Amino acid sequence: MPPTLAETVRPHRLARRLLGSALADALTTPHGVDRYVELVRPAFSLREVRAEVVAVRRPTMRSVTLALRPNANWEGFRAGQFVRLSTEIDGVRHTRCYSPASSAHADGLIELTAHAQPGGVVSPFLRAAARPGIVVSLSQAEGDFALPDARPEQLLLISGGSGVTPVMSMLRTLCHEGHRGRIAFLHYARDEHDVAYARQLAELAAGHANVRLLRGYSQRPAAGELHGRFGGAHVRASGIDPAQALTFVSGPNALVDAVRAAWAEDDLDARLFLERFAPPAPARVEAVAGSVRFARSRREAPASAAPLLDQAEAAGLTPTSGCRMGICHTCSCRKLEGAVRDLRTGEISTAPDELIQICVNAPVGDVTLDI
Amino acid sequence: MTASTSPQLTPEQLDAFGRELDAIRERVLADLGERDAAYIRRIIKAQRGLEASGRGLLQFAFLPPAWLAGTAALSLSKILDNMEIGHNVMHGQYDWMNDPAVNGHAFEWDSACPSEQWRHSHNYMHHTHTNILGKDRDIGYGVLRMSEDQRWHPYYLGNPLYAILLALFFQWGVALHDLEVDRIAEGKSSWREKADMVGAIWRKGRRQALKDYALFPLLAGPGAPLTLAGNLTANAVRNVWAFTIIFCGHFPEGTHEFTEEETEGETRGQWYHRQLLGSANLTGGQLFHVLSGNLSHQIEHHLFPDLPAHRYAELAVEVREICERYGLPYNSGPLHKQFGSVVEKIVKLALPGRGGGGRAPQAAAATSEPPPAPPARERVAA
Repeated sequence: MPPTLAETVRPHRLARRLLGSALADALTTPHGVDRYVELVRPAFSLREVRAEVVAVRRPTMRSVTLALRPNANWEGFRAGQFVRLSTEIDGVRHTRCYSPASSAHADGLIELTAHAQPGGVVSPFLRAAARPGIVVSLSQAEGDFALPDARPEQLLLISGGSGVTPVMSMLRTLCHEGHRGRIAFLHYARDEHDVAYARQLAELAAGHANVRLLRGYSQRPAAGELHGRFGGAHVRASGIDPAQALTFVSGPNALVDAVRAAWAEDDLDARLFLERFAPPAPARVEAVAGSVRFARSRREAPASAAPLLDQAEAAGLTPTSGCRMGICHTCSCRKLEGAVRDLRTGEISTAPDELIQICVNAPVGDVTLDI
Repeated sequence: MTASTSPQLTPEQLDAFGRELDAIRERVLADLGERDAAYIRRIIKAQRGLEASGRGLLQFAFLPPAWLAGTAALSLSKILDNMEIGHNVMHGQYDWMNDPAVNGHAFEWDSACPSEQWRHSHNYMHHTHTNILGKDRDIGYGVLRMSEDQRWHPYYLGNPLYAILLALFFQWGVALHDLEVDRIAEGKSSWREKADMVGAIWRKGRRQALKDYALFPLLAGPGAPLTLAGNLTANAVRNVWAFTIIFCGHFPEGTHEFTEEETEGETRGQWYHRQLLGSANLTGGQLFHVLSGNLSHQIEHHLFPDLPAHRYAELAVEVREICERYGLPYNSGPLHKQFGSVVEKIVKLALPGRGGGGRAPQAAAATSEPPPAPPARERVAA
């Protein structure tokens, strides 16, 4: 394995040692070193992963590709994994998941591509406003949808629409490693200009004899090699035997479900890895169907129209709380996902990973709280 | 400026009053954004800059101009840190930004008081039960006699002395506040019960003292005593300033107190009404407002404790207009006048009896005749 980023990038090691020392911590208490240094170097942090945008491309009408230079805390990623990227829009920090599309061995940079969805917030913002020099926060890479360290002999990669990014990373990583095994890539999109990486895929396929690229364009069938929706014929055309290969599929629910059903039929579930690229479900106002999950205490209860604080207490939990009328913020906690309604304003919020006051918010459908 | 009589508002009028204030609140919440984020970041940047330059200058504390400038910069830094940043961030005023750096639950301030305890004693106890004698522990901080309804005891002869000591060591007073030492002394609580709290105060206080009174002075080498003197002065300046502003919030002449009975089952409108009558504003320039953490707009702060404080000046215009329409008092005056009346109260209440003059007639008129079966809390109805 090539060395990870943390081993290759060692800028200002002495300065880092000093800033990370117990003395520096004691001198900057209670705020800590980061809160001072970040004012002059926004990408610096002793522990958090932050990255500077160093290049921006807009490959299609709705996509934007960012080259990110992460700080020294980044531990690298396995091809196929995702990161949570946080950026600020009109004063509010938003977090979304993106899969790097670059090779896991690329030169210290992470390449992310965002496809703007109608009604989305972060991707359209990045499409419109990202520019070199801005700094974003990242998580370490996460997720099990990743190439195993023992590279499989045969691989079938299937992508639908904007789901191309993690499988693109797998293909690039394998080509970068000089992988000799056979790889087939089934790529589905509306047309060749809909999602990013059409050109890069074609170049990789042309440059590597072991890579076979088959494209299916729903709006321009003549431009691709595949016709109609995914099916057994497409798998046969790929020349890969699913019983011998590992298959990675990444795309919208319909595609992922179709592949899963086909593999299940042949009892090949263990050879299939899935990643769903589905737009978030719209909030429903009327019904309070669904359940409230309390992630940290691992409890779950059917949702009701009552404030989440009451529901947490009814579930036997004792979250800290104070005024119970939205004044003191003692009960504020992180909502990991789901939609909630502010009982004071009626406003509905669907953003993942946001701070809410549980005494004045009620669930709208499934909600997961970090309690 | 202050009203000596409480106007009579009907329950319907109080509801309408509450709805008008709710409307302001909702409008501001919907408008929160880049402007507020940029403001608090600018203040944070200024504070960190002042702190770095103050600490830097105090490394050369043997030069009198460096000592003076360094101490001034560090004092300002601590004032900004505690008031416009710490107090307001810990109210959750910037929670909507989703940024861990300004998250009300995570923030720690440059003060001996652990922020966790402050959030309880201040955000919850004081802001929910503002000026309710027996519930709001900010009335006298368990040390002073600030209301004639606090029973006199010879101990209170020392009222002015205790006030001076509290002002000088305010950060430690605030640190000990949530311990409720007076209740421990009365046997209503015990040290054993408060062991975790004592531990937290000890850990936070020790780190603060280590930084200000040992590490930075030692780094200055032979100039250590002068650096130490600078740091002590900066802490004292911040203490006296914070004490002055905070005591002007609820104790000037004309502010009202309430009993537990009359605030039982309050409606939203009555809650707003109590916050208004229990608070007093300070007039002054823009810099004064920033350095007071906008607590100079104490009325607006108590009506809207979780709206970004830099907006209070704008909101004050509307709040004042609403109060005029409802014939409600709006207690506001310059620092010397408001603080003067606080000092007068501290001195007078050292003596037994009602301490003369300084109190408005008992409580809010609206609560003297409780409305029939008030709705428990508006959030239930919303």
